[in-house]
Amino acid sequence: MESNMKENIDYSSYAVVMKDIVKQFPSVLANDKVNFFVKKGAIHALVGENGAGKSTLMNQLYGLYSPNSGEIYINGEKCKIKGPKDAIKYGIGMVHQHFMLIDNQTVYENVVLGLEPKKGVFLNRKKAKKEVKNLSEKYGLQVDIDSKIEDISVGMQQRVEILKILYRGADILIFDEPTAVLTPQETDELFEVMKLLQARGKTIIFITHKLYEVMAITEKVTVMRLGKVTGEIDTKDTNPKQLATMMVGREVLLRVEKDAPKLGKKILSVSNLWVKDNRRLNAVKGVNLEIKAGEILGIAGVAGNGQTEFVEAITGLRKAEDGKIILNGIDITNFSPLQIREQGITHIPEDRIKRGLIEEYPVYYNMILGKHEEKPFSENGFLNSRFITDYSTKLVEKYDVRPRNINMLAGNLSGGNQQKMVVARELDNTPSQPKMAVISQPTRGLDIGAIEYIHKTIISMRDKGIGILLISMELDEIFSLSDRIIVFFEGETIGEVTPDEITREEIGLMMAGSKNVFHSTERGESDETK
Amino acid sequence: MSWIEAIFNILVNPLFYQMALLSATPLIFASIGGTFSEKTGVTNIALEGIMLMGAFISIVFTYLTGNPWIGILMAVVVGVGFTWFHAWASIRWCADQIVSGTALNIIALGLTAFLMKPIFGNEGRTDFIGRVQNVKLEFLKDVPFIGDIFYDLSPFVYLALISVLFSWILFYRTPLGLRMAAVGENPEAADTLGINVFGTRYFGVLTGSIFASLGGAFLSVGELGSFGENMIHGRGFIALAAMILGNWNPVGALLASLLFGAAEAMNLQLQSSSIISVPNTVKPLFNMLPFIITLIVVGGFVGKSRSPAADGAPYEKKA
Repeated sequence: MESNMKENIDYSSYAVVMKDIVKQFPSVLANDKVNFFVKKGAIHALVGENGAGKSTLMNQLYGLYSPNSGEIYINGEKCKIKGPKDAIKYGIGMVHQHFMLIDNQTVYENVVLGLEPKKGVFLNRKKAKKEVKNLSEKYGLQVDIDSKIEDISVGMQQRVEILKILYRGADILIFDEPTAVLTPQETDELFEVMKLLQARGKTIIFITHKLYEVMAITEKVTVMRLGKVTGEIDTKDTNPKQLATMMVGREVLLRVEKDAPKLGKKILSVSNLWVKDNRRLNAVKGVNLEIKAGEILGIAGVAGNGQTEFVEAITGLRKAEDGKIILNGIDITNFSPLQIREQGITHIPEDRIKRGLIEEYPVYYNMILGKHEEKPFSENGFLNSRFITDYSTKLVEKYDVRPRNINMLAGNLSGGNQQKMVVARELDNTPSQPKMAVISQPTRGLDIGAIEYIHKTIISMRDKGIGILLISMELDEIFSLSDRIIVFFEGETIGEVTPDEITREEIGLMMAGSKNVFHSTERGESDETK
Repeated sequence: MSWIEAIFNILVNPLFYQMALLSATPLIFASIGGTFSEKTGVTNIALEGIMLMGAFISIVFTYLTGNPWIGILMAVVVGVGFTWFHAWASIRWCADQIVSGTALNIIALGLTAFLMKPIFGNEGRTDFIGRVQNVKLEFLKDVPFIGDIFYDLSPFVYLALISVLFSWILFYRTPLGLRMAAVGENPEAADTLGINVFGTRYFGVLTGSIFASLGGAFLSVGELGSFGENMIHGRGFIALAAMILGNWNPVGALLASLLFGAAEAMNLQLQSSSIISVPNTVKPLFNMLPFIITLIVVGGFVGKSRSPAADGAPYEKKA
């Protein structure tokens, strides 16, 4: 309907018009007659779950894929985009989700790469530096132009990506899930940059699945689901709930529902724990805490305040310098990760690619990692293949890992399904039910459907009497899941609260190191989010 | 101690330095050849085979035309053609680069051994065919020590040093060099910037083969004037070590090659030393000296050097 209405409209007021785009991959129809219109000078959100076809659509606009059929107009002019070179020529630039940077080259080299200023046959470094410097000042993108990429923060790497496309004269900027890798502070900075870019006349396409970001910065939203556009709407006329429904195709609980916890006996107690980080500096400084069966203890805090090292010490991945970790009366301090597992602690690591799975293994091997030496997965030193296949098939079904193909390599699954696979393995009760789960960043980079599912799973594990330690950078997640919250600041616990006696703002202050928040305020009026 | 005395005597003798330079020359060529290839992300363990082909072809065409320079030119042409198989298999078909490189090494060994009989009429080693005249720097003739080292050298030595300079400038002072490094580090990123990944990789592998061929040609028409079966004798692999030790930088490769050259020179000089007598049964152990130094040095330093991130990884374009 939307497209029919626009049939007779002059395309010249649109920066981008993609009409009836069809893209067929061998096994899936990724874009099914997609229509996508972006006004000049707008910040336009493109939302949808993982696998909805957003990235495929944008990769066609950027020339990385070519559509099977359909038309593309840039600034009212019909064009064929055969490769990134063409896209650059039409003024389209893309900030990729996985940064496209050369790690051991400098910032300015990365910016000019492929379009280098020359002096004769030589590279004109002086001019390159000057141009990059001017550009970074013009758009308020602060970078250290002489630093190597591998030495700068993720936020700065992203600014380099933006500079790269501005250097090529881009007027239409595609941001592919730019906030997935950023801290909340960096996200705010990015939004400032996006607003400045808009003020300088750029058009921005913003791919995301975080709905509050859509509400915060965009003027228009296009929603995609299963390869089709399910709606196009002005941001001011919609709300997160409606968008979520359009994205998922059913009503979604943005907050998980749960009953009061049924507390059991004490499971884990940590006393005076000291842990060092990779630079041999103290990262955790005398932390004490306890977890009871059937409760979720959330750890909030800005990244880099010792949470990672704390988790690694509990799971045996890092040495505890001092202090005790006691599980059900057994001192497990500095046990090996395997011994700790055998004691009944299961671990969903924060970096699923590095520590949660093996990309080159099929799903069925990933489903038994860490338990593979135990009965019934192996017997007499041999893997029990039939049991493993049956078991994985069951788990893939139960935990909704898509596609339902246990022979697929884990690396080829989407992030959400990889995470479901890890959750399935860690929380399943074969060969024995875990007593305690250490869960880090369980929903990082996932879409709302997957988040809802994983949150429900975590709650149901809690209700089965498992003690859960939850670490997350997402305050919303901490708030909606935890029964108690402990805030980490510079390696120490700065306070303990329950979610219904404090507000987001107050906990934000605590995360910034203020100890007295809780005492100086009235009881908060619950955790109102939006 | 007679050993210390022997080593001291060698170190004060300019002949040692000249031999070190000459032993280093083929390594300099080949390690630069390897650097060109790996800089763009294609592993090249075929250096040994390419050098062997270079040594063989240059002698063949010197034999046919009487002009060693034509021999060298043909060595380069054939070397590029020969290496093209490796480039094509690993770039176009994403083949395992170790396998295709090894194939080249084996083919070169078999082919040169097989062709010796029909072309030269004998096996093992050819007669003296011809070699490139040395360059005599008259102004150095009477300079003590320095003159003894540099007065009378093969032009290949100078060519090797020029190659180092040339490749250093290309890598670090031109847009092409920046792009080569980008393709070797993150080909996908380079592709999104409109850089021709495949073209750049072909350029790296094939340009590298020119240098490796020259390194081989030096050993035959540059030094001995004849060809012997398997005459490269592991130098291609030592050159790989020099490339790694040199951290994929031509100047580093030069220094590493000089180190390995010095090890080889020390080995030869010790064996012929008059102060100590090395029994024949122990000599093979001495011949291992350069390899042992390679092992120690690479084992000790390899952790500190950083290879191009996409080295050895084929690049497949998206649909």
